[in-house]
This record gives sequence, C-alpha cells and structure tokens, in this order.
Amino acid sequence: MGNYAIETVGLNFNFGNQVIVKDLSLQVPKGSIYGFLGPNGAGKTTTIKILLNLLKSPSDQVFIFGKEINSNRIATLKRIGALVEQPAIYGHLTGKENLINRCILLGIKKTKADEMLSLVGLTDAANKKASKYSLGMKQRLGIAQALISDPELLLLDEPTNGLDPNGIIEVRNLMIDLATKHQKTILVSSHLLAEIERTATHVGIINKGQLLFQGTINELHLLSKPMLEIEVDKIESASSLLTKSGYEIIAKTEKIITIPFTSSQKSGELNTLLIQNGFTVSSLYQQRKDLENLFLDITKTN
Amino acid sequence: MHALYISLVSEFYKSRKTLAFWAAILLPVIICALISFGFYSDAEKIIARQYPPMVLWAHYSGAALGVMGFLIMPFYVIFMAFSVNNIEHKNDTWKMLFAQPLNKFSIYAAKYLYAVLLIFICLFLFATLTYAFGHLLQVLLPKLNFNQYNPLNILVNSYGKLFLSSLGILSLQFILSLLWSDFLKPMGIGFIGTIMGIITANVGWKYAYLIPYSLPALSLKMTKVKKGGDPLDFPVFTQEIWTSLIYALVLFIIGYFIVTKKSIK
Repeated sequence: MGNYAIETVGLNFNFGNQVIVKDLSLQVPKGSIYGFLGPNGAGKTTTIKILLNLLKSPSDQVFIFGKEINSNRIATLKRIGALVEQPAIYGHLTGKENLINRCILLGIKKTKADEMLSLVGLTDAANKKASKYSLGMKQRLGIAQALISDPELLLLDEPTNGLDPNGIIEVRNLMIDLATKHQKTILVSSHLLAEIERTATHVGIINKGQLLFQGTINELHLLSKPMLEIEVDKIESASSLLTKSGYEIIAKTEKIITIPFTSSQKSGELNTLLIQNGFTVSSLYQQRKDLENLFLDITKTN
Repeated sequence: MHALYISLVSEFYKSRKTLAFWAAILLPVIICALISFGFYSDAEKIIARQYPPMVLWAHYSGAALGVMGFLIMPFYVIFMAFSVNNIEHKNDTWKMLFAQPLNKFSIYAAKYLYAVLLIFICLFLFATLTYAFGHLLQVLLPKLNFNQYNPLNILVNSYGKLFLSSLGILSLQFILSLLWSDFLKPMGIGFIGTIMGIITANVGWKYAYLIPYSLPALSLKMTKVKKGGDPLDFPVFTQEIWTSLIYALVLFIIGYFIVTKKSIK
C-alpha cells in the first residue's frame, strides 16, 4: 500500500439504482502519470469525484497515500490539486482574482497567483474577467488553480479539453515536467488513447464502471498488438506469396493486406520480398489499434 | 475557527464586486436619501404641524421602518440567501469549494454568516443613516426640532428587532437556495410566504408568529403599539424574536445536514 498514491479496493458506487462504479481497484504508483482512459460516461469523472471525497465512498475502499479518505478528508485534500470537468471559475472575477481567492482558501501567499499565471501563460489576461476567457484560457486557469497549492497528487479530468494543438502540447509537457522534475503523481483522464500514450507511464482503462485493464504503458502496447498495413498491387497473388512465406494475414481488402507487426527490420524484409517478386508496394505502415478496437479486444478476453 | 475565518474572507472577496454586496449599502443609502428628500421638500407642512421632537423622529424613522418591515426586508433577506448560494450554482463551483481542505461546516457556516453579516450591515446603515440624515435635515432646516430628542434607542431597538426577526426567513430561504440552483423556486416560495406573512400579521391571527415570514412585520407592529408610552419600554426579546431565533437555529442545523449529505454533481 505504501507505494501507491491512490489505491481503491473493490470500490463500488451507485446513484440510486444505477451502478456507476463497480468493483474498481485502482493502483496509481507514486510519481507516475496515470492515464485514466475510458469512453464518455464510463465513470471517470465519478471516480475522480470520489477521490476528492465530493461523492462519499464506502469506508475502507479508497486510500490516498495509504490513508483512508473518509476519515482523513482534510489531510488528504491538502495533498491533492484537481481539475474536475469544466474548470470551476467565478466569471465575475478576473483570472488573477480567481487565483487569489484560492490562495485565501488555502492560506498561501497571494504572490503565488502571479507565479501560476505566468506558468500557464495567462499573465497578459490576468486582469480580464474570467467570463470573457476562451475555453482554452479557462482550462489553463483551471490547471493553474489545481497547481497553486503545489500538491503532491494532481487529478486532472480531461485537461486538454478545448485546448488548441499548441495548448495540448504545453499541457503535455507541463505534466511530464511535473512528474519527472517535481516528483508529482498525476492522474489524468481522457477518452483518447493517443493523448494518454504520449504522456502516461501507467494506464487504467474503464468501461461501464469496470476496470478492464491496468498496467504500465508497455503492457498496454503488448496488448494492443500493432499491425502492418501493406498497400500493394496484384493483391491476390501478393497475399498467396505472403502466406507461402509464412506470414499470417489478418485482413485483406481490395488494396491493403494487414499482417501483425513484429519489428521494423521484419517489415523491411517483407518489403524486399514483395519487390523482388515483382510487386509494387505503394505504402507500408505500422497501424496501432484504436481505442474502440482495443476495448473490444479487452472486453472479449475478460 | 481558522477555516471559518478564511471561508468568510473568501466569501467577501468573491462577492465584493457583485450586486448582492452593494445592495447592502445602496439600499439604505437610497431609501434614507429618498425619505429625507421627501421630508425636505415637504418641510413647510411638517414644520407647520409642530410635532413634538419624539413624534417627529418616530414619524421620520417610521417611514423607512414601515417599508422595510413589511415589504423590503423579507425580499431583501430572500435575495441575500439566494445570492450567496447562487454565486456557486452559477459558476458551478460547489465541487471546487468542497474539494478544498476545509471542513464542510466552515464552508457552510461561513456562507450563512456572510448572509447574516450583509443583513446586519444593511440594517446598521439604515439606523445610522436615519440618524445622520435626521440631523442633516436639522442643519438644513433649523426650524425642525430633531435636535431636541435622542432617537438612538428607538432606532437601535427597532432595527435590532427587525434584524433578529428576519433570521428565521434567512435560514429557511438559505436551505431553499442551497437545494435549488434556479431563482424562481426560492423566490416564488419566498414571495408567497411574504404575502402570507403580511396578511396574517395584519389580521392579527393568533398563530401568525409561527410563520417566519410574518415575524418582521409582527415585531415592528409591537413597537408601534407601544409608541404611546415610553419608547424605551418595549422589550427586544419578544415572542416573535424567540420564534425567529429558534427557526433560524433549527433550520441552520438542518441545512448543515443537507450539505453533508449532498452529492456534489
């Protein structure tokens, strides 16, 4: 238990008769960036709200830094910074005032507000009313609010929501920075696998309230076996050549043959083989399964 | 205690640029200024009537108290209860507030106390401004006899009673505004309650004091009845005030349990 920033043990949560989270056993190691992956309505936000004790969990099911959350609510919340759904911002206050208000609530120095504004690149908009902020700016302000207390654990619910490509890259780099240089633990939720893959060290996949997969990013990669898609002419004879040479063909369309990807070297060899036999290979690329297929795969094996 | 204090500071910081906060200051300033202006422009008639100083003060301060007690005060309280909660509903910030390392009681109590404080400031200003404008009228119109009687006791007692008698409404409306994020439900219930309160207080129904909304009007009615005698004679802690305080306390506690059980969506 000591090595986990977050641990839930068979967590169940219902809204009335509706089961939202079922037997969820999260294990988020300290210092990791934990990608919490799942489609909309899978129970991600509910889980994050439980981790913040906004929704009351049954006792002895949720542990933050090894401490039961219900009996250590305030001590636990002191160590967490969070961005849940849309950032919670007072529209009639300026960006800076929003941060100062947070400083008041947390009992920290108000100079921290300026520091955070420059960190998220909102210094120029510091004195603008937050209701006039764009979605991306609100998101940045939300991230600044989450970071202002310098918490050990960050819970970020779809933090790149509404950000432009530059903003997405900035948030990604910020997360990597925080985890590697400042030893923070970050739980970041998303419904995009590609988003999570770029930053996360660990991944948990949730669907309909149940955890379908949990492990390191490499373990996930093993699971989502990459495919090699070959665009080639004379498709019938090409596929019989490949079968004869011992390749397993997963799928075949009019133009594309799909086989399991093993290594770049093997792909090269295959290309040479086809060309030497007089085929024209117009493209050859590695394709990773998207989240949807991954889900299907994982649900099937369960 | 520290958590309560910082929550209270935060409430002030958040609301200091909103109408709710400024209403506490503007309402007494505007009403007192209007009444004083009315007195000033009607000065000749009033001087001609030659009121004794105490009656002149009663007449003058009663103008503000009457309007306040029957109509504005209940609505003002309803509005305050609404606005301290609405600031979180509107911005969807309840989840942020309750994710702070502060105990839930402090957050809840700070909101409630802040509403109480705003009502207190408002009524305090009413009393102060009535006193100040009265003396200003005296300076402008030396023929008046405001300076021959000290109305502080009447003012403090009347506004004190008005303040205490409105706490019952505050607690009730506070719960309604906590539960519902829209304006119409608490306002609608408050409106019906207030009308009911005014009617029952006026017809002198025996059990009118059980309706929180009738308490401000009832408490001032008692003051008026006793006007004939010594104005210092009327007791502050009457049945209406006790009822109001009991309502306030009980509903405040119920509100806290609602907050602790409330799921933050």
